[in-house]
Amino acid sequence: MSATSDRSVVQSGRVAFRREPEYGSVPEGSDAEKRLREIWEGESGWRGFFTTVDHKKIGLRYIVTAFAFLLIGGVEALLMRLQLARPNETLLSPEQYAQLFTMHGVTMIFLYALPVLSGFANFLWPLMLGSRDMAFPRLNALSYWLFLFAGLFLYCSFPFGEAPNAGWFNYVPFSSLEYNRGPNIDVYSLGMVLLGISTTVGAVNFVVTLFRMRAVGMSVDRLPIIVWGTLTISFANLFAVPSVSLAFLLLWMDRNVGTHFFDVAADGRPLLWQHLFWMFAHPWVYVVVLPAMGIVSDALPTFCRRPLVAYAAVAMSTVATMIIGFEVWIHHMFATGIAPLALAFFGAASVLISIPSAVAVFAWIATIWMGRPVFTVPFLYFASFVLMFVIGGVSGVMTAAVPLDWQLNETYFIVAHLHYVLLGINVFPVLGGITYWFPKFTGRLMNERFGKIAFWIVFIGFNVGFFPMHISGLLGMPRRVYTYPEGMGWDTSNLVTTIGSFLLGIGIVLFAINALLSARRGSKAPPNPWDASGLEWSVSSPPPPYNFAVLPIIESRHPMWEDRIQPTGRRSHLKEGYLLHHGREALGVHPFSGKPDVILKMPDDAWSPFLLGVFAAFMFLALLLRSPSFTIISFAASGATLIAWMWPRRSLAQREPPTPKQVTAAPSALKDDALPVGSAGEHSGGWWGVLALVATEASLFGYLLFSYFYSQSQTQLPWPPEGIPKIGVGALSTGVLVLSSVFTWFSERTLKKNKRWWAFAWLLVAIVLGTLFVGVQLKEWHNHPYGLTAHLYGSLYFTITGFHLAHVLVGLVILILLAIWIALGYFDEARNAPMRIGGLYWHFVDVVWLFIFTALYVTPIWLRGQ
Amino acid sequence: MSSAPRLTARSARCGLALTIALAHDKARAGFDATAHVATSLAGTQTPLAYFLHSKGPATEPVLYLGWILAAICTAVCAIITVMLIIGMFRRRKPEDPRSLSTEGGTSFVYVGTAISTVALLGITVYMLVVLARVAQPPNEPAMTVTVTAYDWWWKVDYGDGPSHFSSANELHIPVGVPVLILLKSADVIHAFWVPELSGKTQAIPGVTNRQWIQADRPGVFRGQCTQYCGLQHAHMAFEVYAQPHTDFEHWIAAQRMPAPVPANAQAARGATLFEKRCAGCHTVRGTRSAGVQAPDLTHVRSRRLIAAGTVANSPESLMQWVQHVQEIKPGALMPDMKLSPAEAGDLSAYLATLR
Repeated sequence: MSATSDRSVVQSGRVAFRREPEYGSVPEGSDAEKRLREIWEGESGWRGFFTTVDHKKIGLRYIVTAFAFLLIGGVEALLMRLQLARPNETLLSPEQYAQLFTMHGVTMIFLYALPVLSGFANFLWPLMLGSRDMAFPRLNALSYWLFLFAGLFLYCSFPFGEAPNAGWFNYVPFSSLEYNRGPNIDVYSLGMVLLGISTTVGAVNFVVTLFRMRAVGMSVDRLPIIVWGTLTISFANLFAVPSVSLAFLLLWMDRNVGTHFFDVAADGRPLLWQHLFWMFAHPWVYVVVLPAMGIVSDALPTFCRRPLVAYAAVAMSTVATMIIGFEVWIHHMFATGIAPLALAFFGAASVLISIPSAVAVFAWIATIWMGRPVFTVPFLYFASFVLMFVIGGVSGVMTAAVPLDWQLNETYFIVAHLHYVLLGINVFPVLGGITYWFPKFTGRLMNERFGKIAFWIVFIGFNVGFFPMHISGLLGMPRRVYTYPEGMGWDTSNLVTTIGSFLLGIGIVLFAINALLSARRGSKAPPNPWDASGLEWSVSSPPPPYNFAVLPIIESRHPMWEDRIQPTGRRSHLKEGYLLHHGREALGVHPFSGKPDVILKMPDDAWSPFLLGVFAAFMFLALLLRSPSFTIISFAASGATLIAWMWPRRSLAQREPPTPKQVTAAPSALKDDALPVGSAGEHSGGWWGVLALVATEASLFGYLLFSYFYSQSQTQLPWPPEGIPKIGVGALSTGVLVLSSVFTWFSERTLKKNKRWWAFAWLLVAIVLGTLFVGVQLKEWHNHPYGLTAHLYGSLYFTITGFHLAHVLVGLVILILLAIWIALGYFDEARNAPMRIGGLYWHFVDVVWLFIFTALYVTPIWLRGQ
Repeated sequence: MSSAPRLTARSARCGLALTIALAHDKARAGFDATAHVATSLAGTQTPLAYFLHSKGPATEPVLYLGWILAAICTAVCAIITVMLIIGMFRRRKPEDPRSLSTEGGTSFVYVGTAISTVALLGITVYMLVVLARVAQPPNEPAMTVTVTAYDWWWKVDYGDGPSHFSSANELHIPVGVPVLILLKSADVIHAFWVPELSGKTQAIPGVTNRQWIQADRPGVFRGQCTQYCGLQHAHMAFEVYAQPHTDFEHWIAAQRMPAPVPANAQAARGATLFEKRCAGCHTVRGTRSAGVQAPDLTHVRSRRLIAAGTVANSPESLMQWVQHVQEIKPGALMPDMKLSPAEAGDLSAYLATLR
């Protein structure tokens, strides 16, 4: 649309690569439909298994893999419950028990809770949004492979008896090298960083998909709540995950390189770990429940025969909970000796964060009350979820009361609270959601009777297992004890808890058996067996590989109920819409207005996600084994795979010249309805992706600078201990880097004017300046009298500038690739997305340097003057 | 669905009437179960139950806060349960299953959220008031004790300069006055918690945290480490003795005394054995044993429990402990001391003098 100011058509006489998208219908069984199916059907067999980029297959893999981890984590829990069934039991040694409780937490919180929700979101989002796939299908596949490999990486330690053993929260100094000499914590640290990459790329994918890949008319007030939930948490992940990745990286460095971040003897701060960890982990607990609340908000109305009450309030409460969730992490640290004023603020916020949750709870109750309940298995899970949510929520309010938390903290009361919120708000909706969307996943319905039996066993087992923990907690039973003495008053509740847990385990296994049997032999499902309202129920069960034969045009929040809810209103067009059938294509919309913006070319099945996942996992394995050569080889292989992935392709319309068939004469391309083809220029999804990447990397640097200032604020020693970094040299580096950004900008501008060789020349100057920056930095490093391992300040200085230098080196590689691509003639005024993307990354690297320069070079002088 | 309210009420009643029904004395790993803590610890059945007992001003307002919040929370759960049940089972006019309704329901959200907000604001204010009450002691602390947490025992230091002495795993305080605890850690993060007297505070290496406690009545109060600190975190308890002022002064005076010279030959042999085998880690004031990595044993036989609240302090269980540490606390930093029967007798005789 000309509204997007695409300058390519303004140049008179030049051809533009645009096309008016065809509009029509594609009846089932027609030739057009068969061709569409062939285009989108992936390869079969083992080759297809490794190369698929189909969001439906990836989503199901996430769910199945996460469920497997749920069962493993459950076995770990049951072993612990056997040990705790009676006082002074000797089934497990203290070390075994420590590894079990650590891995139980890690498995459930990281390998089950978010991945299962990612699976739902991956499968459902395009179907709910009216799109053919996610924004970045290959990145989607990569996030799954990284998740699987990170899980395997963490678990490969178990057979050696070297699993992480310091609790999932891994406090220092207990997890430092001095007290934990084996590889256990290194496995945990590296595994978490690898998993963090998976989570981050997944988050980027969701954010950009929401902005770009919606059907026409799918405005934000028509989105299913699970979309609101997953979008909110994806934004949150971009800002929260870097905190824990940084914490584990710093710990790994302390343990393997000799830095001093958490080294008490060298003025390091154990509380820094707690801050970095909880600044991530508190938002994380909302990350693992908000999409599940969205599952209930979307599926419960189907079984109440009415839309959700107070949709807008529920959507807003989702966002509000997440935002406030960033401001309460200190409630995990009330007992650390923090000043009462700070405790008051965080305690109050922790109580008041329940208000948005109350909004949602009353909306669900109202939906049930004002509707006509249908007592199917999913309904049972969702109704009981409301009660579990409230029980877990109110026990949370008790823990938010600071002086009471001084008693409750680290007792079984907290264990009761966290299991009510995690099982109640994540597992119950997941079980109900699997049952609800099972027809879409497999084309069959789960057995209803078997499902009800499993539900009651799960419900009763869960409450019998976990309610008594409130009691033993109030009677003083501490957490993380491998045994307890007689005479403490805890014996009965522990025995009852053990019995209940086994019952719960049986229920979950029955659910899994029901799912496996029904997938083979359940009754076949029509497109909309529950008579539900969502867009995903307009396609067959299971959906065809292309999702929608024609991309629909949406007119309401409940496309399948429009005829009954608003009989006189406008109807969504589900049978007629954009065809987009010249190869794998999807529609990109303008992020805020939702108007059609671009015809996107979607990638075919590819090996690169799987290979990149494998090489990245090898690199982390190499670090664990402390093998420099293996590390370098894996790193190089990963880099090569990534470059091959990113190389501009004609099939994705990422570079000129297009094939003769694709070229449209300029005059016809001027028509308003003609859309650009391919993700190029201002329309590129890659630009949004790198913007999200910039947000997460900026957070990483933010947390690094936080660590710097925190350490400085707590130290009694002079800071820096050995002479301030020379501001003159720093200013020189800054100037050089800023200048290189300016020349990169010149290069972008001249490329947009199609002046290829000027663009190349300016880019070369930028590369030279960037290299000069690297040289100045390395010389400055050489001249410092201290190194990375000399003291806490040295560790911080070299890590901060070193991280930045690594980003600069990656940026230089990108600039060099861009220069090569410019020279090869890939780009012109219309097709130059990689230039904008690479430029964005380079400008970010330079802006971050300004912050680092101010923190490391300017503030010490300013503070000395105080 | 309807089982949930019954479960809630029944569990609450059970909780209040818990008995130690299932403890069985069974010989484990070849040592006597009397090595373990006797079932009646200081007279209370549930020594760490801060929800049932409060013995001082640091915990009393919190006890009320806890019960009131628990009552509010239980009421909320009951109301929600009732609303869910009514919502699900209330009678409705029969209608075509394909028909859909859209009317109403938002008043639930407005009213429910408004009531919840008022209640939550009230809870916030109440808890802030209690926080202000218990964050500081009512008067200036009458004395200071330094507690240093070690893997997996507690060092207590009284006084400074010439009047300084150390002990382990047992704190004595005078009744009726606030006592300031300076909390340190020698290794990893631990947490100091004596539930009947106060909330918990972490002991963080490199930092000195402060905690005040006060007992309004004489008695013995059990404490527990409550931050996972390693293999024997589960066996890192301690006891606080609150004594009337004169008894407390007597205890201080007795603890300040160095160890007496062994009176008989067997004890003297035991003293020599101790200096050879134990002095690397343990201190006995008045002798040449000055090890600092392990508890000060100058008055070890004056304590009620040993091994951080794990083992009763009788001559037999003390020798069981010394010779079978790794069976009682596997992973503890003290090795099993291999002693011949004669050596064991000598050492026992010597330890008996360390009252």
